[in-house]
Amino acid sequence: MHTHLLTVVLPIGANAIAALAVGWRGRIGGARDEDAELLERLRAGDEEAFLALVARHQAMLLRLARSFVSSSAIAEEVVQDTWLGVLRGIDGFAGRSSLRTWLLRILVNRARSTGVREDRSVAVGDAGPVVDRSRFDVSGAWMAPPEHWVEDANDRLLAQALAQRIEDVLAELPGRQREVLLLRDVEGLSSQEVCEALDISEGNQRVLLHRGRSRLREALEAELGTV
Amino acid sequence: MLGRANELVCQEIVELVTDYIEGAMGRAERRRFERHLAGCEHCSEYLDQMRATIRLTGRLRTHDLTPEMREQFAALYRGWRADAG
Repeated sequence: MHTHLLTVVLPIGANAIAALAVGWRGRIGGARDEDAELLERLRAGDEEAFLALVARHQAMLLRLARSFVSSSAIAEEVVQDTWLGVLRGIDGFAGRSSLRTWLLRILVNRARSTGVREDRSVAVGDAGPVVDRSRFDVSGAWMAPPEHWVEDANDRLLAQALAQRIEDVLAELPGRQREVLLLRDVEGLSSQEVCEALDISEGNQRVLLHRGRSRLREALEAELGTV
Repeated sequence: MLGRANELVCQEIVELVTDYIEGAMGRAERRRFERHLAGCEHCSEYLDQMRATIRLTGRLRTHDLTPEMREQFAALYRGWRADAG
């Protein structure tokens, strides 16, 4: 929308500037542009656009819903309810936030009113070091240092086993850590989007991210290293 | 467990690594962190592993809509259209 504005307002070199702007948005905002286009079609009553939007976001919503509620069946209901909320609210959606952020906010509200899992009450900073103390000497230097396995992790034959391991560990993480990990590292949302969706502070988001990522690294180490 | 002369030790690095990756450090802290990394292959390895972990997590597949789910959502849409008039 901004690029159109540019072409109208600036008579000279406007196309070049617009082209630059499109390139830039294409790289960082491509997903959002596609959402915006689908939303536009949905407003016009296009059922296929609705199904395309569902397909694009369903996995994220299901994973997140599953983190809030106690069964897959309830999670599916929450997700359906979320899409119904989208249909009902679409005329009021101004597009100031991204569709993803809006979706997530609806989902979190629905999930909360459905009843949340017990492990969500776990405090943000569940204390304890992320790497076992026994791996450092008294000065705090590595005694059992990390082994080198980063390239092994790219091995195609291993990829499926590792992906399964990551899914398993994600499922075992305390609720809030799991939610932050899902949104940041699986879905690739920005920290700001995650804070908005989950209604947490930047600082808390980072603590949760740190604990979750550290736990995943540990699991990969157990899988790939010999420590 | 503070190291000498205000330098970070490995055990502190592993707790700060996310702040570093997220760009959430002040300039002085960042310099201190990078000074440690420059002299510590183990912590450099650890940082690489954290980045690899993030990469691998980002590769988890998202699942396509099954035909049943497609039907379900098409029905949801039509039901809503009918209600909305």
